Amino acid sequence: MAEVAPREVTPPPLQAPSAKERKYDRQLRLWAAAGQKALEESHVLLVVGNSSGSNSSVAGIETLKNLILPSIGHFTIADPATVTESDLGMNFFLEQTSLGKSRAEETTKYLRELNPDVEGHYIAKPLRQWLYQTDSLLQYNLILICAPLPLDHLQAFSSYALAQSIPLVYIKSSGFYFTASVQLPAEFPIVDTHPDPDTIQDLRLLAPWTELQAAEKELGDLTRLSDHDHGHVPWLLILLHYLEEWKQAHNSEYPSSFAEKKQFQSLVASKARTANPEGGEENFDEAVAAVLKSISPPSVGSGCREMFAMPSCTNLTQSSANFWVIANAIKQFYSKHSVLPLPGTLPDMKATSAGYIKLQIIYKNKARSDIAEVTDNVRKLEASLNRSASSPIANSEVEQFCKNASFVRVLTNPSNLPLPELRFLQSDTKTLSKLPVILTAYQTISEVFVALNVDAIPSDSLLELRQLVDEIEGCTLEERINKAIEEARRCEGSELHNTSSIAGGVIAQEAIKLLTRQYVPVDGVVIWDGIRAKTEIVKI
Amino acid sequence: MATDTITNGTVSRARWQHLDTILATASPYADEDYVPGPNTVSALESSKILVIGAGGLGCELLKNLALSGFKDIHVIDMDTIDVSNLNRQFLFRQSDVGKSKAEVAAAFVEKRVPGVKITPYNGKIQDKDEEYYMQFKLIICGLDSIEARRWINSTLIDMVDESNPESLKPLIDGGTEGFKGQARVILPTLTSCIECQLSMHAPRAAVPLCTLATIPRQPQHCIEWAHIIAWPEQRKDDLLDMDDPEHVSWLYQKALTRAQEFNITGVTYAMTQGVVKNIIPAIASTNAIVAAACTNEALKLATDCAPFLSNYMMYTGDSESGLYTYTFEAEKKDDCPVCGQLAQNIAVDPVTTLEDFLGTLAERAEAQLKKPSIRTEGKSLYMRFPPGLEQSTRPNLSKKLEDLVSDGEEVGVSDPAFAIQFKFRLNFAK
Repeated sequence: MAEVAPREVTPPPLQAPSAKERKYDRQLRLWAAAGQKALEESHVLLVVGNSSGSNSSVAGIETLKNLILPSIGHFTIADPATVTESDLGMNFFLEQTSLGKSRAEETTKYLRELNPDVEGHYIAKPLRQWLYQTDSLLQYNLILICAPLPLDHLQAFSSYALAQSIPLVYIKSSGFYFTASVQLPAEFPIVDTHPDPDTIQDLRLLAPWTELQAAEKELGDLTRLSDHDHGHVPWLLILLHYLEEWKQAHNSEYPSSFAEKKQFQSLVASKARTANPEGGEENFDEAVAAVLKSISPPSVGSGCREMFAMPSCTNLTQSSANFWVIANAIKQFYSKHSVLPLPGTLPDMKATSAGYIKLQIIYKNKARSDIAEVTDNVRKLEASLNRSASSPIANSEVEQFCKNASFVRVLTNPSNLPLPELRFLQSDTKTLSKLPVILTAYQTISEVFVALNVDAIPSDSLLELRQLVDEIEGCTLEERINKAIEEARRCEGSELHNTSSIAGGVIAQEAIKLLTRQYVPVDGVVIWDGIRAKTEIVKI
Repeated sequence: MATDTITNGTVSRARWQHLDTILATASPYADEDYVPGPNTVSALESSKILVIGAGGLGCELLKNLALSGFKDIHVIDMDTIDVSNLNRQFLFRQSDVGKSKAEVAAAFVEKRVPGVKITPYNGKIQDKDEEYYMQFKLIICGLDSIEARRWINSTLIDMVDESNPESLKPLIDGGTEGFKGQARVILPTLTSCIECQLSMHAPRAAVPLCTLATIPRQPQHCIEWAHIIAWPEQRKDDLLDMDDPEHVSWLYQKALTRAQEFNITGVTYAMTQGVVKNIIPAIASTNAIVAAACTNEALKLATDCAPFLSNYMMYTGDSESGLYTYTFEAEKKDDCPVCGQLAQNIAVDPVTTLEDFLGTLAERAEAQLKKPSIRTEGKSLYMRFPPGLEQSTRPNLSKKLEDLVSDGEEVGVSDPAFAIQFKFRLNFAK
């Protein structure tokens, strides 16, 4: 016989943070447990090519430092060099006693001290002895390469990364300059892009559903409300209320032009009660302030539109990634309703507690029913695609996608283009022909990228660049290029610890975005100019 | 060229090969007066530099300065190491928890980079006087407190003596929040100062007390209620310590109970800590970017090897386009209360009471003064100290502004957190 448990109030769980949550508290507030899990499951490979002379190894080491601290799972340093005096003046993760020993081994040892949660490995053999063996790169999901690297090796890494759909970053650091080129796989989808909270409000004031309309109707005649109630009507319902009034006076049309919206704003403002000690009402002030931002048809972000148009979204196969199955399910939803699933979040607004919570529930319920419909689409797709072999897509994954639908991004590298530096080395004419556009379109520090690649760019291409007519701040393009080249030359490839430390910060941020699949990573080349304290991103 | 000596032998100059290459050659961007070579290296090595803060930025700054050729570095921090520092403050280990940040950081970098001398001070910047600050060539701040930045800013501006060029101490300031950060260079009295730029760092708007007390809607409102209302009422004899787990648990339980009463969801332990301690997310990579951008400017200021930043760089690592920097010249304000000559205009409602007006000074982006005392040229309107004066000026608090000052009158406001007086011109709103 089933026993009915007595109803009693269970004490709330203590929820005190674990030791791990305490240690990583400041970052969990950014990328949450899901991001942390992704980091902890990753294995980052750092490759240092040049065994002697100048290289950008410290930029790579500093990047690793900034990834070990937040706790990636594993890292491996592949570097055949032994430690020299000049390494000790640049690399913080070496000691006097490291002199003459394997740089990969010594650096790994001191980096590991940073975080006992992280596993560190090293490969001190020359690249040629291990790179070309079967599955030599299988365990890595991000590859960082410190320039320079011989062409054949660079090509091997680049092709492997493209074939395996993993990102790769090529790092050059010299004097006050560094560049980091990000090679993305053919498709790099991001669900949780962390859009600016001010831009994400989607409240559907111009497309209210039945329950929301009912909540507005329930208010009745606003003029008959008591002062207390009138001062606590949430601004959202105030706007819905006067939008109805507006429509009745304007052939059932909503205010659409800027002038009409301003007129509507004045209408709302005029309805506030002012015969009180405050001389107005906070909720009406909020309503007036919200008009321009909220009175517009529900929008679909450009990233989401692009996603809908992509072949991977329309042509699903049995092996399509979960992302594309959900994308297709959302596209079906959009085709049917002409709106995306409702995100369901409500900003704070002046209201009574009960009034606000009631409204919040209306939004949450609508979001839930939209998610249910998308989930239903997903299940049908799974069945029709015969995906019974793979485990069903988790409800939480569908929910997460629905909430972020408008801000989803898919970065693409449709022709599987390798790194621009590799294309320079191969004298790829199409790539070289884009340089003039880059230099004239990005009018700040793009010549730094040319200066750091001056040995790989054919001399006739360089000549052509110098002859371009362009001028900013009284400096011709030729002067800009010549100065940057002179600056790069005089440093003789010398790596400054400090520039490489900036590089390590910038590249680690990008690596975190690439590994967690949160935020939007750079798609192209990051250029840093420490003389002018500026960055630029170029895409070739 | 200088040689580095350490107690147990000599460090080869070859260690500094790359730095020497850059300091021994002329840059097309450097000032015409720049003379590369040994003199520049000695200038760098003899530049005594102060780092304020040995936290996320401070650890990076000490490493970067030591590996950029600075030899005489001082560091101030009053904090001890907490476990939540370990995800970014890379000079600290689990076994260092509870020890002085300044001391542990200094010892670590001294050991790792032979030949550098790092002098720690475990205490507050306010403990030190002008004579102390006068010994440095440069000062770099890696702080998380706006108040401490404003204090050092006004102190350095106060120290400038036009007849003594050595009294002008360039201030480099870094700050971060999540994936964003900024680096700025300030030449006290000559360029835009921290106070001129204060409104760019406006405080978060406070939730009205009546919302907390009667109509909470968000989990944060319940937490603030537990913090501001429940604790002082129910535990008035205990000093709230957010590092005491029992205190945090108590606030969390109170907030949770209140949230359940109002059907509000989402109160968590982590959120309770975040709201009450005003926790700002912080990661190693952003600290690395900002600290190195600051060190870059220190190297340029100490050697003239390239023009220094004029005067503000903002880094945004979480933008829609991946990342961007905005580098610009923030303007010096003539009505800056610290470095300007003119009083700052401030619009007031003439019927506001003095007490309410003083309350708004904490929130106004251009003031942010929490314990203001106020006087006109002729009389004290309200003074917090000494007690006798407080008592005699207290009746003014309930008076309307129009009964105390005339439209457009200049007032001086002082606050125990700052060494200087702020000048405001009170303009009556029509």
